[in-house]
Amino acid sequence: MSALYEFCLRMGDSTLVLGHRVSEWCGLAPVLEEDIALANTALDLIGQTQLWLGLAAEVEGSGKTADDLAFLRDVWDFRNALLCELPNGDFGQTLMRQYLFDEWHLGMLKALQGSSDDRVSAIADKAVKEASYHLERSRDTVIGLGDGTEESHARMQAALDYLYPYVGEFFIADALDDAAAKEGIAPELNSLKAGYDAAIAATMNAATLTLPESKFAHKGGRTGRTHTEHLGHMLTNMQWLQRAYPGASW
Amino acid sequence: MMQATSTEVMAWLDEVPDPEIPVISLVDLGIIRAVEWAGDVLEVTVTPTYSGCPATSVINFDIEKALREHGVEQVLLKRQLSPPWTTDWLSAKGREKLEEYGIAPPQPAGGPKHCPRCESQELEKLSQFGSTPCKAQWRCKSCLEPFDYFKCI
Repeated sequence: MSALYEFCLRMGDSTLVLGHRVSEWCGLAPVLEEDIALANTALDLIGQTQLWLGLAAEVEGSGKTADDLAFLRDVWDFRNALLCELPNGDFGQTLMRQYLFDEWHLGMLKALQGSSDDRVSAIADKAVKEASYHLERSRDTVIGLGDGTEESHARMQAALDYLYPYVGEFFIADALDDAAAKEGIAPELNSLKAGYDAAIAATMNAATLTLPESKFAHKGGRTGRTHTEHLGHMLTNMQWLQRAYPGASW
Repeated sequence: MMQATSTEVMAWLDEVPDPEIPVISLVDLGIIRAVEWAGDVLEVTVTPTYSGCPATSVINFDIEKALREHGVEQVLLKRQLSPPWTTDWLSAKGREKLEEYGIAPPQPAGGPKHCPRCESQELEKLSQFGSTPCKAQWRCKSCLEPFDYFKCI
């Protein structure tokens, strides 16, 4: 399969899985404003998914649609980063996950604005505007809750300790990532790391949180080699209608 | 029947309200990028506002419906992502109507110019997100009313 196809899946599956996770908060957030913010963020991510998986389907060329890719693949075919599929936990954990993702996402999208593929750069031009205000909010919230009460600080530190081992995967390239970089479709993943690390360090400092020392990185989501046990459960929920009534449409 | 000119078609589309903010039209919103005939087919190029905005499919339906009512039989809607939609494309008329309706229009400075109700400049941001993807929630510290601000993107 082409490097472009795989690259679009890796982007689109991450936004799809995270978008679905965030949508699980709908109606449950601690305050109305946050409920609306979560729902809007989920909508943006799922909208971006339509663009990425739409392009993947177009490149694949067998007449599939973005919906086919989202609803008719099983867990082993998903190419999202592991961070995106981890459970919501409490509100703090959800926002910490969002922040760790947004910081990477915005850096990636900015790099993709210079993609050699016009369709990729057009999606990036659109998504970069949305990712910018996602990051503004998730960063402010992480700082507010980290540098908040004893209780909120402890919860944010626990969230960071749990989630941080999943960020390394964003920067570990395999042969397909190398091929995408060589074709100019996407940046070399490692080129985003220094900026990411500096941004995370500054935010955690402002949030009075401590980054774990270990640089151990769970991986296998983007390559599809090993997902966590959580993704399968999420998909049975997300895909239940197509599983129960194959081919059903509005 | 004579084919309508682009100006006429744009005038028709200027009568089609935005489904979520019905005081402004689709033309005011700045999402109709081009209108042209390809033979018997009227091609309308539309730029989405936010990629996940649920109004997008309703907008496409409303465009088709309006053009059919004006006697256009074949309509082709084209989606154009690039250049991405920006609030700079809101029309001056659209900005005025937003303000009258109680939604502060977007400002390059990144926040509302004044409260759309009492024009006070004592304002605070409540949330970057609002009742639709394109809006944020603000509150006036003078009249204490919350209001929507059309985000500048």
